[in-house]
Amino acid sequence: MSKVYRTLRMALHALRRNVMRAILTTLGIIIGIAAVIAMMEIGSGSSAAIQGTIASMGANNLLIMPGTAASGGISFGAGSSMTLTPQDCEALLRECPALRAAAPIVRARTQVVYGNRNWVPMYIYGTTPELLAVRDWTELAAGEVFTERDVRNGSKVCLLGQTVARNLFAGESPLGKELRIKNVAFTVIGLLSGKGANMMGMDQDDIVLAPWTTIKYRVSGSSATTANQSANSAGASQVNSLNQLYPSSATSLYPIPSATQAADTPLPVRFTNVDQIYAAAQSSEEIPVAMAQLTALLRERHHLREGEPEDFSIRDMTEMTKAVTSIADLMTKLLLVVALISLVVGGVGIMNIMLVSVTERTHEIGLRMAVGARSRDILRQFLFEAVILCLAGGILGILLGELCSFLVTKFLHWPTLTSVTAIISAVVVSASVGIVFGFYPAWKASRLDPIEALRYE
Amino acid sequence: MHLIELQDIFKTYHLGELDVPVLKGITLNVAQGELVALMGASGSGKSTLMNILGCLDHASSGKYWLDGEEVSRLSPDGRALVRNRKIGFVFQGFNLLPRTSALDNVVMPLNYAHENLTERASRQRATELLERVGLGDRMHHEPSQLSGGQQQRVAIARALVNRPRLLFADEPTGNLDSKTSKEILEMFQRLNRE
Repeated sequence: MSKVYRTLRMALHALRRNVMRAILTTLGIIIGIAAVIAMMEIGSGSSAAIQGTIASMGANNLLIMPGTAASGGISFGAGSSMTLTPQDCEALLRECPALRAAAPIVRARTQVVYGNRNWVPMYIYGTTPELLAVRDWTELAAGEVFTERDVRNGSKVCLLGQTVARNLFAGESPLGKELRIKNVAFTVIGLLSGKGANMMGMDQDDIVLAPWTTIKYRVSGSSATTANQSANSAGASQVNSLNQLYPSSATSLYPIPSATQAADTPLPVRFTNVDQIYAAAQSSEEIPVAMAQLTALLRERHHLREGEPEDFSIRDMTEMTKAVTSIADLMTKLLLVVALISLVVGGVGIMNIMLVSVTERTHEIGLRMAVGARSRDILRQFLFEAVILCLAGGILGILLGELCSFLVTKFLHWPTLTSVTAIISAVVVSASVGIVFGFYPAWKASRLDPIEALRYE
Repeated sequence: MHLIELQDIFKTYHLGELDVPVLKGITLNVAQGELVALMGASGSGKSTLMNILGCLDHASSGKYWLDGEEVSRLSPDGRALVRNRKIGFVFQGFNLLPRTSALDNVVMPLNYAHENLTERASRQRATELLERVGLGDRMHHEPSQLSGGQQQRVAIARALVNRPRLLFADEPTGNLDSKTSKEILEMFQRLNRE
């Protein structure tokens, strides 16, 4: 019969002798631990939800732009050279574990016509279905997203943002309707859900999404750079969506080849370029890692030698990332403070009852000493009692806390995350609370003089 | 060789500024198997002497050998060990643990004993002792369910459970009626014979 076992049995026995007092003592710890668990779980759930919301604003996004083209000392600004390819994008997804999703983007800015209405969307993006994953925009208001197969085929299908749909269709359902983008007929297969303005006040719903192959080869036509594209649109003296059908005012030096001729003699294409690659990191914390992986991979793919400047640039949403990080930080600290307060309250409760218990049991302590208990035996017994109470309270508290967070999820529909860390630390903390707050009363009990204690009534 | 040897024991209580001498140079020998009664007027220091003899208290000066061991030099923990091994104590006020069965009350000192008895063995020993004091049928009663005489018999069983060399009883019949007192005193005499 080991000493620990004997002490344990004595402590249990002493607790059984006054069940009500034991329950009341434990209640403080139960509530403390339950509060910690519930707050941790509800808090981390809310924190994750808040971070998710901010992330859906694009905090985890990375924008990869081609580098600068320069001619005769004149730089054309970011994105004016043609260095990014769709294969880059695929390679990124394949080889950068810190990236969650990536999509190539081919931009166009031109008129969209439906019936007697027309509109120039802020963004006409040729892309892959993955863009919606990058932008956390997978929920559609109606219809469906185009597929990888549509991308391979260059299908003439598109998704509309709310603003575009409102302006072109005025309340009608756009699904299945045909509209023309720069004279190419597209079938609307989906309507994006509303996303509103971004942080810069740009209307993100003013958008048309289509397979990048379609935009690239059918709408943008030649592999004109974006810079030239805007020059083209600006240079058009009249706004006429049919100006491809009729000769424009610019005189052509060469006879315009017929469609058959053009198809027969394809222009030698060096490679297909895209205007941007939009990528999303796994989480805000992984953005620096993702950027490092991206840079390394693109340098390798673009055959850039050491010391050679990059022919691309990566932009992250520093402002938003900072916001996310600081919110996460704040939430963690808040939860910690709440947890500490409730634990201290529970611990002080334990100490109070244990002190009362020592006073109440002075006589008993005297008797135990009289039959041969040494002061360390008394100390150990009272410590064991406190620790048993705290551990029992801890376990019940975990159950109660889990129940609370379950009920909160069930009835208030708040997100909660079961946190193993919180459970483990709750057990550890409740045991240490027992030792720390049980020590003083136990020490006090062990210092009693046997004769004094026996005489105490 | 005597079981108890007291030499020039002094005990003085300090009540604030005032020194109250209680024991003034007691020298006393008690042999093994002797049955000694300590009598005196109220306040004459019987209990004080008992406490010193029972190693609950230490003398202000003087020497005390118990079973050949000089107890007066021991630390509080050392005295606790001696109390546990060699001394059984029966108090005037029974001093049983409330809300605890007679059996558990008797087993209690074994929890602090150095010989490691199994739970079964310690219960066995306690049961035998309770039967010896005539409480074989009241083993699982709590003190509040027992009469004064029965409680005192539980206390005697508890004092004997560690097989002490010495049994002290400080006014063991003080809280009992004359008939029960007689029974208890007869029991002490019987135990001493055994």
